[in-house]
Amino acid sequence: MTNATRRKIVSKIAETFCALAVLVALVPLVMILFYVITHGASALNLAFFTHTPKPVGEPGGGMANAIVGTLVLIGLAGLFAVPIGMMCGIHLSEYSGTKFSSVVRFAADVLNGVPSIVVGIFAYGLVVYPIRRFSAVAGGFALGLLMIPIVVRTTEELLRLVPPGLREGALALGASRSRAVFSVIVPAALPGILTGILVALARVAGETAPLLFTSFNNTYWSTNIMQPMASLTVQVFTYAISPYDDWHRQAWAGAFLLVMIILTLSIVARLAVRRLERMNRP
Amino acid sequence: MRRSSDDRLFRIVTGIFPMLVLLIAVGIAFELSRQSMLSIRKFGLGFWTGRTWDPVSGVFGGLPFIWGTLYSSLLALILSTPIALGIAIFISELSPRMLRQPLTYLTELLAAIPSIVYGLWGIFVLTPIVRKLELFTPDWLKKVPLFSGPPLGVGMGTAAIILSIMVVPFTSSVAREILKNVPSAQREAAYALGATRWEAIKVAIGYGKTGIIGAIMLGLGRALGETMAVTMVIGNAPVISTSLFKPQYTMAAVIANEFTEAADELYLHALIEIGLLLFIITILVNALSRLLIWSTKQRKAPVYVFTAPAEDSVAA
Repeated sequence: MTNATRRKIVSKIAETFCALAVLVALVPLVMILFYVITHGASALNLAFFTHTPKPVGEPGGGMANAIVGTLVLIGLAGLFAVPIGMMCGIHLSEYSGTKFSSVVRFAADVLNGVPSIVVGIFAYGLVVYPIRRFSAVAGGFALGLLMIPIVVRTTEELLRLVPPGLREGALALGASRSRAVFSVIVPAALPGILTGILVALARVAGETAPLLFTSFNNTYWSTNIMQPMASLTVQVFTYAISPYDDWHRQAWAGAFLLVMIILTLSIVARLAVRRLERMNRP
Repeated sequence: MRRSSDDRLFRIVTGIFPMLVLLIAVGIAFELSRQSMLSIRKFGLGFWTGRTWDPVSGVFGGLPFIWGTLYSSLLALILSTPIALGIAIFISELSPRMLRQPLTYLTELLAAIPSIVYGLWGIFVLTPIVRKLELFTPDWLKKVPLFSGPPLGVGMGTAAIILSIMVVPFTSSVAREILKNVPSAQREAAYALGATRWEAIKVAIGYGKTGIIGAIMLGLGRALGETMAVTMVIGNAPVISTSLFKPQYTMAAVIANEFTEAADELYLHALIEIGLLLFIITILVNALSRLLIWSTKQRKAPVYVFTAPAEDSVAA
């Protein structure tokens, strides 16, 4: 075999390996979606959305309180994280060249990689420990902390996509910097930023670890944010590690709902981003 | 005049928020140290080498958890790195243009699935499969320490498989970005010298080497801190072993399982100290990974200007 044919064969083998890698990664994705859909959809019924959990041994019951709980928790997280994250992103994009901004950008990226369970401990120490009670506020705080780095980076990136002509136009009309930013630049990027926030909300809605010892769990109906609150993820965890078949079915149903919420939000976001990119193309 | 003072005010007011972000980072480190003081004072450095974890008699040693976290992450990287790099190379260098977007989207979908769903799938689907594989392991293979132990299904190997699936999208999306930023002149030069397709790709990988190492480390950071899925399949036994079959434990898993059960202050502080170490390790790994990725992305491509010699210079 000549050297050239040998090199060509090596090249073909390596290329095939890369294509196989894609297939190998798609196997678990397809498997997970298949099981979640087949096991989950069959366990879903009206009671799942309207009832609270039944005690052990009694069949039926649902996750109504956990669904509402998850919404309340991500609502609290958004209230806390969106203003801070957006303002921070605005500062970073307005003063992008400064040393301060690079440091903050780096800190946000590193924070994004901090394990969510560590953030949960932080929220425990700051909110749960002083008042000696698990509460939805503590859970929302933990989720908010996880959201902030994502909101910061999305806001900054989308503000940078705004054509410089808009800013120049506003400044030429005599607008101050704050006026130009809040009346012209931010509104131009707002649809994109909002989709970014939706994606961040979807991400934290799937978090379990930081809620285990902040919002804890609650088998009863509760909307008091100073009390422990159920969430879809913690409820799925509790049911998954239980020994009861009926609870396992409910866990699959909860997982199905979670995955559907996240898939829908990520598809919406993808379509919105594509539209924005088309709009901004010169 | 009025305008510049408005500008300054805007800068200061919006500057408060980035300060908050920095404060959070410092706050986590401070709070975790404060809340683990009892354990730090009592056990000192012995905490990191102690193998006994006995809440009843108040003896806490974190080594089994550190071992479990490092070992499971290492195994996950060994499994995920070739796959993740293969995906990145396929999407950026080999795939037909039409498939690029859908494949990117599908692989990133793996990152969007919540950890608890991986865990659920792990318990009810993956664990039985692994148990079957373990039952069929021939006896001569069982003598190797890596494959010794009871065929339970739950254990280090299952945890490593789940972790590797979860890490793939993070590594592959960053590696793809890095490859996209490699100037095409690099590949063209390789082709011009008669390189095969794979050899040209190797040149591109060589150019982005630092960034690709950063991408792998980013995946490592994810694996180290992953909690729920691992907790549900690793078996939760504080054992130090190289066996893939034996149940073991990780730092994140012990916090998730025992935090609400910690009855006395010392127990709680010991758990938080484990969280503190996990925080320090992931901060270091992430910081290093980001630095590597940034340094590659900011690397200026050399500008090659090919211009025909100007007419008059030829004439002269």
